[in-house]
Amino acid sequence: MLKSLIHSKTGLLGALILVFIVFLALTANLISPHNPFEQDIVHKLLNPVWTAGHDAKYFLGTDQLGRDVLSRLIYGSRVTLMVAFSGTVVAGIVGVILGCISGYYGGRIDAIVMRIADIQLSFPFILLALFIAAVLGSGLGNVVLIAGLCCWVQYARMVRGEVLSIKEIEYVEAVRALGGSNMRIIFVHILPNIASTIIVIATLQMARIVLMEASLSFLGLGVPIEIPTWGRMLAESRVNIVSYPWHAVFPGVLITLTVLGVNLLGDWMRDYFDPNLDV
Amino acid sequence: MAAYIWRRLVQSIFVLLGITIVVFCVLHLSGDPVQLLVPPSASQADVEQIRQEMGFNDPLYQQYFRFLKGAVQGDFGKSFYYNEPALKVVLDRVPATTELAVVAMIISLVIAIPAGIISAIKRNTVLDMLIRFFALLGQCVPSFWFGIMLILLFAVNLHLTPTGGRSGFASVILPAITLGMFSAASITRILRSNMIEIMGMEYITVAKAKGLTRFSVIMKHAFKNALSSILTMIGMQFAALLGGAVIVETVFAWPGVGRLIVQSITNNDFMVVEATVVLLAMTFVFINFVVDILYGVINPRVRMR
Repeated sequence: MLKSLIHSKTGLLGALILVFIVFLALTANLISPHNPFEQDIVHKLLNPVWTAGHDAKYFLGTDQLGRDVLSRLIYGSRVTLMVAFSGTVVAGIVGVILGCISGYYGGRIDAIVMRIADIQLSFPFILLALFIAAVLGSGLGNVVLIAGLCCWVQYARMVRGEVLSIKEIEYVEAVRALGGSNMRIIFVHILPNIASTIIVIATLQMARIVLMEASLSFLGLGVPIEIPTWGRMLAESRVNIVSYPWHAVFPGVLITLTVLGVNLLGDWMRDYFDPNLDV
Repeated sequence: MAAYIWRRLVQSIFVLLGITIVVFCVLHLSGDPVQLLVPPSASQADVEQIRQEMGFNDPLYQQYFRFLKGAVQGDFGKSFYYNEPALKVVLDRVPATTELAVVAMIISLVIAIPAGIISAIKRNTVLDMLIRFFALLGQCVPSFWFGIMLILLFAVNLHLTPTGGRSGFASVILPAITLGMFSAASITRILRSNMIEIMGMEYITVAKAKGLTRFSVIMKHAFKNALSSILTMIGMQFAALLGGAVIVETVFAWPGVGRLIVQSITNNDFMVVEATVVLLAMTFVFINFVVDILYGVINPRVRMR
């Protein structure tokens, strides 16, 4: 598997980008030159060191409250990754369970779950996220919950389809004849067979969740204001954008890089595990 | 055909019903919807009075049917902020969003159709790589950032367009490009893979063997068949456009429905938020209904399903 990743140039690039972002998040407290929350009002609104109006102490400058932009960018990776991972997992658990039940038992329960999925797909994704965020208010847990509520459908549909085809195969029939319970059939004999599909969907969903969190934070509805996030930094940079354009550039580059990394890795995974998968 | 239209119509109505259920449920997710529906300045006594008047003490199913009845009659309550019926507030903003979405769709098709075709017929050349790279990038760049960068370049530095607002044709260009970018990227990718698949089919080989010009083979025989898949894509992309409008309109201060919903959330004007969500979702269901009917016209096999 690793060999295949190294041979796929784009997949490798995606993996390297993600390793870099994960590195930032894990070592944020070690590599940040300053405290991201500390306000240095005397040195507020500084440009990066390669432009006029900078201070060598702050490599990428400071924001309107005199907080170090570089440190805030580094800490921002934590929120992005936290929400991306937990959102993907929550959505995955909900989606996989509903998809399994739907595909395995069929009948009325299947009809209900799939109708809910249809209805949800008839909502523009970001609109639903925004609406739930507006009702629940901001908060890290809420953003994860929103990701879960908005992204389970793709898992459920795919898993249901896979379960439908696998449960007809003879070996499942054999397990049932041997007296295996439904739970055992689903968890021990069906799920491991569709694990790769689930991983592929999870990676591609993660890209959407990163963008969703950034969008919500940009609109001021995501994570609480005190926590540095890339989306929030971008929104704050707009006030002084004419004089300090660089402050708007960095967070966007990092968001784009992260999404690009996840997408490249996801595309490679799809090719590796399941080239015929249509997501 | 009539049976097909009828079946799709019934399905759409069920989806619309579902949407009202979703909106109703989400509103109750907060625990106490009354808190969302009253202005923040309301006193406890006011809240109790409104709760009683608006029937929030009734059983949930009664509340839902009242909500549904209101929605069907176009009554979403009154906006506290604008002091007008919520529906009217939303409808006033519809033309701006429609203009933006249509221009965005045109821009994305003008970019995506040639890009997709060229990418497919020049497969694995430098040109194809470039197009694929940009198509991938288009799906990764957050629209709010892309919009801000466009403003910086074209409005702040080059003074070619206004930085925001809605004032004549020049003002729609940047927001429409921002909004259309994601769709352009998706349509390019789908069209490319469809064209590659079609170009490998036997009837294309036959067309080539007949001595038709390369242009005629590509446009009349291959592209015409790829068109039906683009049509479904357009339907799906309109959802992305309507959702994307929320963010793009905020960035460009475009006075449409998307900006309205964000402002109304900030203003705690939940009647308007509710009306906007229902209306946008309804628009989306309607567009998909029309696309499905058109699809049935183009491709008779679909009607059988």
